[in-house]
Amino acid sequence: MMQMIAISVSNLSKRYGQTRALENVSIDVRRGEMVALIGASGSGKSTLIRHIAGLEAGDGETGKVVVLGEVSQTAGRLLRGRAAGRVAVIFQQFNLVGRLSVLTNVLIGNLGRVPRWRGTLGLFSRSEKERAESALARVGIPHVATQRSSTLSGGQQQRAAIARTLVQEAEILIADEPISALDPSSARRVMDVLATINTQDNITVLVSLHQVEYARRYCKRTIAMRDGRIVYDGPSTALSNGFLAELYGDASEELVLPESTAELVRALPVRPSGNEPVHMLA
Amino acid sequence: MAEYAAGFLRPDFSDWRHYLAEMLVTIQIALWGTFLAVALSVPFGILSSHNMVPWWVLQPVRRLMDLFRAIHEVVFAVLFVVAVGLGPFAGVMALFIHTTGILAKLFSEAVEAIDPRPVEAIRTTGASRVQQIIYGVIPQVLPLWISYSLYRLESNVRSATVLGIIGAGGIGQVLFESIRAFYYPEASAILIIVVITVTIMDLISQLLRRLVI
Repeated sequence: MMQMIAISVSNLSKRYGQTRALENVSIDVRRGEMVALIGASGSGKSTLIRHIAGLEAGDGETGKVVVLGEVSQTAGRLLRGRAAGRVAVIFQQFNLVGRLSVLTNVLIGNLGRVPRWRGTLGLFSRSEKERAESALARVGIPHVATQRSSTLSGGQQQRAAIARTLVQEAEILIADEPISALDPSSARRVMDVLATINTQDNITVLVSLHQVEYARRYCKRTIAMRDGRIVYDGPSTALSNGFLAELYGDASEELVLPESTAELVRALPVRPSGNEPVHMLA
Repeated sequence: MAEYAAGFLRPDFSDWRHYLAEMLVTIQIALWGTFLAVALSVPFGILSSHNMVPWWVLQPVRRLMDLFRAIHEVVFAVLFVVAVGLGPFAGVMALFIHTTGILAKLFSEAVEAIDPRPVEAIRTTGASRVQQIIYGVIPQVLPLWISYSLYRLESNVRSATVLGIIGAGGIGQVLFESIRAFYYPEASAILIIVVITVTIMDLISQLLRRLVI
């Protein structure tokens, strides 16, 4: 029964000096869901994601994060070990190592799974390299493997980061504003890849987004945050622009794309068109 | 005075084979001193970076590096000449210790200026701390580390010349002896060889830097 819940956050709070970044946050994400996390800048989305990723510990005695039945932090203490590597993370700024090749960046996804000495010496097996290559093919950039990752465009870098998480074979993928540094067409591609991973590999996806259009388009469920609190948790379809204005007041403008771009997002087919190979790494 | 200057204007290269051999010894002292220092500065540099280790590691390592740096290489050379006797080994040890102090500080400054975000991303894959450093930190600092190391190699060739004067072997010893014996033409020839050598080292290190970075 516990295994049905992929991510469970309960009563998590966090302060940075005077600012309350998280205020008694509790959410549950079931296995196989694709959930959007929306909110204006500074609403606590990134902070929540960093806590689920195990990069930061909350305050106080009550906070607890459970990932796939394993406690990853409780009462302000991180418990690395069994939970390490079970949540794959992608970031707004891609966070690839710019001077390493794209392939090496993808192979880094193996580090949590292969024996320590082999990962430390960089001795990846042929099959691991092949899997990294097919992960790159799957996200649509098979031809850039030998390039330095700093030479890629933003959208390509984000897809390489997704390839790294595929190699990691985590059952949960959380993404911290993965598309807010990208142009609209790259953003769509990245969201398409995330949606494909969710439906085909049954990987649970939690993605924070700045713009509600993408949440409506790609995710059935949306969690909305404001000032470190959860203010809405329910079907994305209920999030009309009017309702957003109710939740956020004037700040809601920030969450809605200008009409022209919004139409572009709506006009697109949800599934990637045939040129994207999506069958590998089964 | 005029006689003194005139002596230097007529360099005497008749013994150049000997000078070249001694120059080679000096270069070897510099190479070994720098190489050992680089090898040790990698761990010490990381252990004295505030974004890598807690304060109770940082402070002792930094103070040790201060000690290495605070004592001039000539002083170290004098100490080692007493301890291990006259010869190149004392010079290598002196350069090794002093250069470790300098490079560890420079290396740690490079580490403190890295972008922490790629390292965080690697941490989320379940990588160990050493793996985070190898894949996330080293690639970011490598160009600077190489530049600093090559620069120290150049300056160590100069320093190794001086160390010869106090008995740590190499061209410096020959130079000092010929000046003391008023053999100015020979001294002049040796100085010219030193200048040419330093210039060649500079050219080689530029070439290496361009190759690696």
